[in-house]
Amino acid sequence: MSTNTPFDVERIRADFPILHQTVYENRPLVYLDNAATSQKPRAVIAALCEYYERYNANVHRALHYLGEQATARFEEARVKMARFIGAASEREVVFTRGTTESINLIAYAWGHEHVQAGDEIIATAMEHHSNLVPWQQLCAARGATLKLAPITDRGELDMDAFRALLTERVKLVTVTHMSNVLGTINPIPEIVAAARNVGALVLVDAAQSVPHGHVNVQELGADFVVFSGHKMCAPTGVGVLWAPMRHLQAMSPFLAGGEMISKVHDDHATWAEVPYKFEAGTPNIADVIALGAAVDYLESIGMDAIHAHEKALTEYAIAQLSELPGVRVFGLASTRGGAVSFETLGIHPHDLSQYVDQQGIAIRAGHLCAQPLMRRLGVPAVSRASVYLYNRHDEIDELVSAIQKAQRFFGHG
Amino acid sequence: MDDTEQLYQDLILDHYRHPRHRQPLTEEETLVDVENPLCGDQIKLAARIVDNRLVDVRFDGHGCAISQASASIMCDRLIGKTLDEARTEIDAFVQTMRGEQEFPPDAADEIKALSGVKKFPLRVKCATLSWHALEQVLSAEASQIREIGE
Repeated sequence: MSTNTPFDVERIRADFPILHQTVYENRPLVYLDNAATSQKPRAVIAALCEYYERYNANVHRALHYLGEQATARFEEARVKMARFIGAASEREVVFTRGTTESINLIAYAWGHEHVQAGDEIIATAMEHHSNLVPWQQLCAARGATLKLAPITDRGELDMDAFRALLTERVKLVTVTHMSNVLGTINPIPEIVAAARNVGALVLVDAAQSVPHGHVNVQELGADFVVFSGHKMCAPTGVGVLWAPMRHLQAMSPFLAGGEMISKVHDDHATWAEVPYKFEAGTPNIADVIALGAAVDYLESIGMDAIHAHEKALTEYAIAQLSELPGVRVFGLASTRGGAVSFETLGIHPHDLSQYVDQQGIAIRAGHLCAQPLMRRLGVPAVSRASVYLYNRHDEIDELVSAIQKAQRFFGHG
Repeated sequence: MDDTEQLYQDLILDHYRHPRHRQPLTEEETLVDVENPLCGDQIKLAARIVDNRLVDVRFDGHGCAISQASASIMCDRLIGKTLDEARTEIDAFVQTMRGEQEFPPDAADEIKALSGVKKFPLRVKCATLSWHALEQVLSAEASQIREIGE
């Protein structure tokens, strides 16, 4: 698309109604919590409204005008998404409620059939809870073992230690593409190659990567790629599971009910074809269609352009924060994205977050759903600023100045 | 005074920077060890109870200014109280923080200083963490007394 035009952040900001407001006592809103959820452009909000105002109907069953419209738009979103992530076919795109549900789907539908007592699953020390707890549960149920590959002090995956964990017992390697805490981008093709040597499958949690740059599932080479819509300008409640057709065909359904069946007898049923056998019940139709609108929107700006803009912002943020006395940035990976976690000596992350919030600046504070990583970093919690396509350099300056004020306020400046 | 200053009044920051009744507690001394799973704030409590009276309370832990200052203030306020008096004060404090009642006009300044937290619903749990912890100590004490009595 039109990636040749220079990146015009003001023009992009004009597309996001929520950014044009003041909070508390006339503080312009500075939104730096994009790793938690992104804001939505007008085109996505309009797609939601249009669905409910013009063609709200159930999909794949209603034999009337509205139903046909809804089904066509719903399936159009699947085609858009397949093209966006480089899937071989739109049938490889399964719509779920989000990354968490996608991972749970795999843990149940694939895991319960393929993971046996004595088997092992390898995750990493930088996983989000949503890519740990489902595997803990699966391992407990199957008598298997979950092992975490360690990270280096720079916040990168320790590849030697990871390789040392790979044995014939390992059935699955499950790894984040980009850490929501450290920003680290993991070398997925290298991880996949190592896993293949022992016959293990690879799941990639791409919740933090797909929204921010060009991700092609076939180039990654993994067996499962999962992500959410709401971090990529789409509504909450919709996500994606991608897997090659051979995996999806071999897997049993996760949720059973309507839509996912072919024929229901009194005492048993046969399954619909892929992807419908994984989409039981009425889906989040409007949200899926709006996810398609989000893909259109991001592509109109260009994923490479978005990535370059965020890279510049992230480097600027790390440089500015690192210069502040008493501030330590976590995650110095050579390849990283725009989630920047840090600690401020003597100020608890919640106090810092509260303080800068009163200045109109939204950042995240806490364990960021990564308690094993917090233990590895030796902190109970961190503060995190995370950028997206609509953030500006002066918003980083605002954050830095608010942190300095907080240091004076709490008496550690 | 804006909302931040209301939340972090001087009295609170003073208790945060110079906590009273805080000391490292060994596992043996610790009667309860509670954590707010949302933020990882932790409070450990030790108490000495003689003749139905809280003769001493000590805390240890880590967390935000609100949770740590509130623990310090709680120890200050409740040491010397009978168990019934302490329970009544804990109930009143927790209910006030939840917005279920107002502080009595004669409430101590330190307690009133914590009232700025009410405007920030997500932080109420920070303020009440240590108070709930002491509540646990007291109910364990009650069951122990009952056991001894029987």
